[in-house]
Amino acid sequence: MDVQTWTFIMVGLSFSLYIGVAIWSRAASTGDFYVAAAQVHPVLNGMATAADWMSAASFISMAGIISFMGQDGSVYLMGWTGGYVLLALLLAPYLRKFGRFTVPDFIGDRYYSQIARVVAVFCAIFVSFTYVAGQMRGVGIVFSRFLSVDITEGVLIGMGIVFFYAVWGGMKGITYTQVAQYCVLIFAYLVPAIFISLLVTGNIIPQIGFGSTVQDGSGVYLLERLDGLSRELGFYEYTSGHKDTIDVFFIAAALMVGTAGLPHVIVRFYTVPKASAARISAGFALVFIALLYTTAPAVAAFARTNLLEEIPNKPYDEVPTWFKNWEETGLIKFDDKNSDGVIQYVGPDKKDLTNELTIDRDIMVLANPEIAKLPNWVVGLVAAGGLAAALSTAAGLLLVISASISHDLLKKWLVPDINERGELLAARFAAGVAVCIAGYFGINPPGFVAQVVAFAFGLAASSFFPAILMGIFSKRMNMAGAIAGMSVGIVFTAGYIIYFKFIRPELNTSENWLFGISPEGIGTLGMVLNFAVATVVARFTAPPPEHVQELVEDIRIPEAASS
Amino acid sequence: MASMDKRRAYWRRNLTYLAILLTIWFVVSYGCGILFVEELNQIRMGGFKLGFWFAQQGSIYVFVILIFVYVRLMNRLDRELISSSKEPSGGTDSKTDDGAGD
Repeated sequence: MDVQTWTFIMVGLSFSLYIGVAIWSRAASTGDFYVAAAQVHPVLNGMATAADWMSAASFISMAGIISFMGQDGSVYLMGWTGGYVLLALLLAPYLRKFGRFTVPDFIGDRYYSQIARVVAVFCAIFVSFTYVAGQMRGVGIVFSRFLSVDITEGVLIGMGIVFFYAVWGGMKGITYTQVAQYCVLIFAYLVPAIFISLLVTGNIIPQIGFGSTVQDGSGVYLLERLDGLSRELGFYEYTSGHKDTIDVFFIAAALMVGTAGLPHVIVRFYTVPKASAARISAGFALVFIALLYTTAPAVAAFARTNLLEEIPNKPYDEVPTWFKNWEETGLIKFDDKNSDGVIQYVGPDKKDLTNELTIDRDIMVLANPEIAKLPNWVVGLVAAGGLAAALSTAAGLLLVISASISHDLLKKWLVPDINERGELLAARFAAGVAVCIAGYFGINPPGFVAQVVAFAFGLAASSFFPAILMGIFSKRMNMAGAIAGMSVGIVFTAGYIIYFKFIRPELNTSENWLFGISPEGIGTLGMVLNFAVATVVARFTAPPPEHVQELVEDIRIPEAASS
Repeated sequence: MASMDKRRAYWRRNLTYLAILLTIWFVVSYGCGILFVEELNQIRMGGFKLGFWFAQQGSIYVFVILIFVYVRLMNRLDRELISSSKEPSGGTDSKTDDGAGD
């Protein structure tokens, strides 16, 4: 069977699995809809969290980013996993003990303020929409590349699926489909990685193969070979870093803290039965995430080595078939500038030669099975895996948007006497509208999707994370301090990003940055400002009321002592 | 119900664990993976330069271990200071009344 048929089979099978799971797990109450009745097993919640967190970007783009950046790309690996330590140790158990439905719930109650709640709601909605547009686009791209379906149709199919299980099943439906999606995506990621590791190094475990010798009898370590090839062609040495240490430091911190502060990740820990379950569940989530995140750098190194060995200085007529296949999609572009029929692929250190090859970083994962000459069904599997990653993240984000509107805005603010059925209906309606808006942005992506991702992490880092952390660890933190801190954090971070990304993008170079910190890393400084301002303001204003101090006492101690 | 003293002791122990574990977290990721990566790269471990290995593999493994160590420490602390004072029979996994649906 050919690749197309296999892809249809794999995608069709995985989609029917998701629909089946969704039908089985219909939401009957708002508790079901927002937090799956807080009855999810910690291991299953770990899988669901992993799928919720790992997006189309983790699945498709991350290995490619590392492949082209080498050591400098490590910041994404550490940044997107280290946040789970903060989550498990500092946030998840306490928020679970608090035990409501959303992140703005906590902010609003802890800081006894409708303003704080509304600020949190708008941050949550903004962060989630930023993220979800990219996911829908990812769905469209996978469809168009593997099934030659138009991007628009691809997005519509994806919307249909998400609409079905998010609106019908709420958090309950989403949780169990995410478990299924995790299984699909991790299988789809590991199979080609294991094959390629065997092929290149003879070792079945990619994480070890990546540090082994290449299998051509030369006895040279893979990474040495890769460093050598990179130097020869004028690229930076793969295993050495070239970015400013201070910037790398701030970006890593912004990604970690931002991860811990993202509302769609936090709410997953409301779905387990108790605080101790939230701790262990965050551990399982990181295990499931680490499975992919430790494989990605291995895939990156294998793919980069293959590419540098096969393509540079090869006559165009002799290139392998995968090169020509992907050239048709526009992801590989060869422009024979000196018309000698030979592909000249060189890096910035070879100033006398012109580079003639442009490669989209996504190709490192998408074309991997073909480069390693794997059977057609593996190619189909990768397509299904990419879709699983995009759909599971999209669904989690849509739920945050829907709960923010029906629970935080309507129930807790505008229409406090709405009944359970009315709220559930509103939640479903909001989820439906959110799917349509997300789909619209997927079909007509605003040119700035890539730029606004820095926003999502920066805002989460500079607003939610400090506010929640101080709400748990400082009894003295009060309404005035928290609101002042969040406002300063958000305004500073957003202002910095908007200035360099939108108002004066031509100035976005390290000489102009504050302390040499790029817009991607500025959320860390925003967070520090938030902490500082909040502490000072809280010192000069009245302490929080008695019942709030008791609430803090209460969430610090797990369940058995609470009665 | 746990007494005020026990609550305070519980919280203090928890903060100590957090301080120790988060220090390790910081040293492994920011220390080994970013600040001292060049120095560690002088050391080799099989085919890896050590700093590079910490940045792309080691830090992630340590993160996982840290969470599970914390889970163990806290489960023990829960048993010591909380559950025992409430239920001498000591069933920590019993279902509690703190479900989210209100």
